[in-house]
Amino acid sequence: MLEFLDGNEAVSRAAVDAGCKYFAGYPITPATQILLEMMRLMPANDGFAIQAEDEIASIGFCIGASMAGKKSMTATSGPGLSLYSENIGLAIMGETPLVIVDVQRHGPATGSATKDGASDIQFVRWGTSGGYPIIALSPSTIGEAYTYTIYSFNLAEVFRSPVFLMSSKEIAITRERIDWSTIEKPKIIDRLKYQGDGNFLPFNFEKLEDIPPFLEYGKEHIVRYTTSTHGKDGELLTTPEKIQEMMDHLNTKIDEDKVCKYFPHAVISDDTEADIVVIAYGITARSALEAVKIAKEKGKNIKLIKLGLLWPCPEKRILKAIGNANLVLIPEMNNGHYALEIERIVKSSTGGKQVIRINRMDTKLVSPQQILEKII
Amino acid sequence: MSKIKEGYYLRPEYEFPFCPGCGHTNLLKYLDIAMGKLNLDPKKNVIVTDIGCIGLSDRFFNVNAFHGLHGRSITYACGIKMANPELTVITLMGDGGLGIGGAHFLNAAKRNIDITVIVANNFNFGMTGGEHSVTTPFGGKTSSSFLGNIEHPLDACEIVKAVNGGFAARTTVFEKDVTDILMEALKFKGFSLVDCWEYCTAYYVPRNKFNKAEMMKILDLYQLKTGIVHKNERPEYIQNYNDNYVTGAKKLFQKGKPFLSVEYQNNITKQTGVIVAGAAGQKIKSSATIFGNAALISGLYATQKDDYPITVMTGHSISELILNNSDINYSEITNPDYLIIIDIEGLNKVKHFLPKLTNSQLILVDTSLRDKLPSTEAKVVSFPFQKTSMSFDKGSIAILALTTFLGYTKIFPVDSLKLAVEKTQKDEIAKLNYRAIEEGLKLLDGAKA
Repeated sequence: MLEFLDGNEAVSRAAVDAGCKYFAGYPITPATQILLEMMRLMPANDGFAIQAEDEIASIGFCIGASMAGKKSMTATSGPGLSLYSENIGLAIMGETPLVIVDVQRHGPATGSATKDGASDIQFVRWGTSGGYPIIALSPSTIGEAYTYTIYSFNLAEVFRSPVFLMSSKEIAITRERIDWSTIEKPKIIDRLKYQGDGNFLPFNFEKLEDIPPFLEYGKEHIVRYTTSTHGKDGELLTTPEKIQEMMDHLNTKIDEDKVCKYFPHAVISDDTEADIVVIAYGITARSALEAVKIAKEKGKNIKLIKLGLLWPCPEKRILKAIGNANLVLIPEMNNGHYALEIERIVKSSTGGKQVIRINRMDTKLVSPQQILEKII
Repeated sequence: MSKIKEGYYLRPEYEFPFCPGCGHTNLLKYLDIAMGKLNLDPKKNVIVTDIGCIGLSDRFFNVNAFHGLHGRSITYACGIKMANPELTVITLMGDGGLGIGGAHFLNAAKRNIDITVIVANNFNFGMTGGEHSVTTPFGGKTSSSFLGNIEHPLDACEIVKAVNGGFAARTTVFEKDVTDILMEALKFKGFSLVDCWEYCTAYYVPRNKFNKAEMMKILDLYQLKTGIVHKNERPEYIQNYNDNYVTGAKKLFQKGKPFLSVEYQNNITKQTGVIVAGAAGQKIKSSATIFGNAALISGLYATQKDDYPITVMTGHSISELILNNSDINYSEITNPDYLIIIDIEGLNKVKHFLPKLTNSQLILVDTSLRDKLPSTEAKVVSFPFQKTSMSFDKGSIAILALTTFLGYTKIFPVDSLKLAVEKTQKDEIAKLNYRAIEEGLKLLDGAKA
């Protein structure tokens, strides 16, 4: 079951397999092909797809469609993500399930539209007012792009939250061999629906970290959705204690352990202790894998820690994987976005570990050689 | 504040929070009556509100509610409608939202999607302190145009008309037919706008000594009609989607792409980089994809990366292919094993590689470019790719050259290329491809002779 496929096609196919029924997007390199694929796939699979007038409308349409009960997805790149910003906050505040594919390119601004970069790693985490948690997954291959897209839908459904699939130009539009017989297809999870017949509360939770059961428009109860500060009933809130409770809920409903229950590829690493660890994500994890292979052949006690989950930062699992290593390398195609997390995590651990950043911002992939230079 | 009396959908436990004399109170009462007279099912009805004082309104109705960002209410409304066309979707916005969401308003009208947009138009931003909006008349005094507005107002109805949208009406809260107009708008199958003129008693009225007579003067000055000013019954957007896209896509894309399986062997022993360098119009990219498919059929792993200018019909076109017997982790070619150069545009892009190449590397070059190659230690073989392809189809040059390359190097069989064409190309293209493969092999015979 072989195909010569690119990541954008893999993501689009995964969306259909995950039960996506609504897509809205606006053309932008290198994400355009997802829009084109979805324009082909949605009408043929009882879904709706539209090229919106701009990115603001794309995400606005998706949020509306999601609240009307459809699994929804949009796709863009850095400049489009900037335009998504206010609506990302809206989706967080309104607890709206939504998958956002960010096919990263070399930024900032218009940057190099056709070149690769990991420009949005911190942006997706902090790119909207408030700074409440979101979820972001990072595939390294087109097979993972397929599998993680399905996980993205599952996580969006489970957590009623925007979930980012952090693709990039290299994964998105470089074709590679995919053997479908080896590709993981996660079990599909749908949002928890409100089952009661009493007074429906659209943002209800018992424990702070609980996810409110969902009800779409058009069913047996009136649904009130607001992204102004609201109570469990969807009415405006002005009482400080109640506002605090609501914000604590948004702040605690997503955490590392909860997300890892639904996503088993947060941190991929073997259990052995190593002197040197290379921590990498996205396309760079593949160069890191190559570098680790070569370094091992040269007798180095080294291992790769590959991150499939970027947000929430799987820090407990990263720390465990680092173990007693004394040298931590973090190669990235940006000016050190995730190094900020790794440095923070390492600082909190015992033992004098050295963290070395390897940053490449010339639009080319970090090469295995560049990583090896820091080791050998 | 005014206590809400029993209505159809209005929630009596609430009081309207609007300033005394504010038009919103009456507009919402009219809307309630219009919805009630049409007997709308509250569970199948969604009121989407924008930002501003009118944005407070959804909570007063016992129907589904959505309250979001400034100017974006129309996008949520459209998303809801596209997801569930059974719902009646009403957007309540101010003239502020109309301005900031102008692109959404224009496009929703242009699509003729079946939502009703009600603009509570009081000529300024009431909630933030009375700044000028897109509907503030010329000379209108607001906090941000305290010497008098120097812009002319936007006519929302005219925009609907300009984009061939469905329905546009203008009225004032003083008219007796507001309810009737709202009912007409709600009943309309397609995009409908009701531009309802009002007082903002907190700001616009006192700053401009504004009254009903002044409002009528503005209508006169800009020659604006009231009542239903535009009606065009044309197919609605979602209906168009169903009739054209759903039907069309289901017919066109019934079967998925066929999978490939390994049917041939290869002679690749290490990770190998192949670069095809040509020009726009030579189908470099699609030919390289066929080649990649053939590599898979021959049991290989492959990657393909393309480079071309954004103005696609001019300049270079380069495809980089990496072949290996196991996973390809680093998909960049830093030192190609094979270069296939078929056009001067491509040569100019790849010639920086040449000085670094050694005699274990091979260049296949078009005969006409042989003299233009910079000096290199790589083995160079030339073939008349351009001349041969010109004789039957110049767009077949890349697949022709790739055939010659395969035949020459024998890294995997040419038969796999034929099979890849058969599996992935439409009949018409396949016919040309087979011809190109044939011609590519003939060039090899020539070389031997």
